[in-house]
Amino acid sequence: MARIIGGITTSHIPAVGNAIAQGLFEDPYWKPFFDGYPPVHEWLAKNKPDVVINIYNDHGLGFFLDKMPTFAIGAAHEYRNEDEGWGIPQLPPFPGAPELSWHIIEGMVADEFDITSCQELAVDHGFTVPMQLFWPGLTDNPDMPPAIPISANTVQHPIPTLNRALAFGRSLRRAVLSYPKDLKVVVLGTGGLSHQLDGERAGFINREFDEYCMDKIVTDPDALTKISRMELVEKAGAQGTEFLMWMMMRGALGDKVNLLHSNYHIPISNTGAGTMLLECVD
Amino acid sequence: MELAEFDHHADIPGTTIFDGRMAMKGYALNKMCYSFNAAEARAEYLRDPEAYFDKFGLNDEQKAACRAKNVLAMIAAGGNIYYLAKFAGIYKLSVQDVGAQQTGVTTEEFKQKLLDAGKK
Repeated sequence: MARIIGGITTSHIPAVGNAIAQGLFEDPYWKPFFDGYPPVHEWLAKNKPDVVINIYNDHGLGFFLDKMPTFAIGAAHEYRNEDEGWGIPQLPPFPGAPELSWHIIEGMVADEFDITSCQELAVDHGFTVPMQLFWPGLTDNPDMPPAIPISANTVQHPIPTLNRALAFGRSLRRAVLSYPKDLKVVVLGTGGLSHQLDGERAGFINREFDEYCMDKIVTDPDALTKISRMELVEKAGAQGTEFLMWMMMRGALGDKVNLLHSNYHIPISNTGAGTMLLECVD
Repeated sequence: MELAEFDHHADIPGTTIFDGRMAMKGYALNKMCYSFNAAEARAEYLRDPEAYFDKFGLNDEQKAACRAKNVLAMIAAGGNIYYLAKFAGIYKLSVQDVGAQQTGVTTEEFKQKLLDAGKK
């Protein structure tokens, strides 16, 4: 049977992709950020997951406001990025795991979690930057597993509640664990932490709130469901709502997890950047 | 649940909640910006911005905001920052340039403010 071995969180800021391309790992601005990743690389090299479920939020590449799914699951054989309007380099296609995708879709809809399935999905920096961070070299890296992208809407309100995001993850877990093949699955929760790009409040970052979230997501994620969506906008910033991805990931990890590694740094671009490695106990 | 119980009208200073109301208002502007994902669309826009505004049916407020490259005015006209970022990309404006413009400081001052946030 398939099992979920752990979860990894990371920010997915576009500037990180440029910094990787330019090899700025020792640059004084970037070093405190990139230093958060070697322990994750070691864990991945040791545990070698067979599939990665990459939970991110599309930023206006894969979806437009004409049709905006609240929760969308990729079910394609491969996923391609695009330049997003900024000339981001074209990366080799990311192999998918469509058989497991459809099993998850079947399982979650039977579990009364109504989602949108996508047989074509252009993936943006929210998906690609974490893949670049965790599997340097991407398709040249023999350890990079096939991926299943899951995107949640944080572009347009109403966005899902934190409670719903956590419940999504728990339903995702039930679906994955019922897959008959022996597979090791790792789940990524990408985005955040606090940041705001728009309005007179642009540049808002909230270390205290980020640290609270990074603490509770390990020990008591249900406590975070008491945060309303507007409170999340107020305390994490308008784009800090990406924390919902972390909640979705956390739900998929089961009740108890071990925190193996954590890193937090302000600023990367306009953002408080958080990285965590959580290992499943059950 | 009574509608009044919903919290989507919460007032967070300096923050526009992009909800259905704003999504309706800004649809044409956001649709134009979404098109900029494609390089050929960016080239077409640059050849004749006014014709491109009309192609997507921008209203006068949206056109004026775009001509001025005024991000706060584009947001007031219904623009969503994720799509506006693609408009900013055409003019090579970084998110720090955009933040500086909206907060009335230089880009260097804005970057310093972010660095200072890390020292708290």
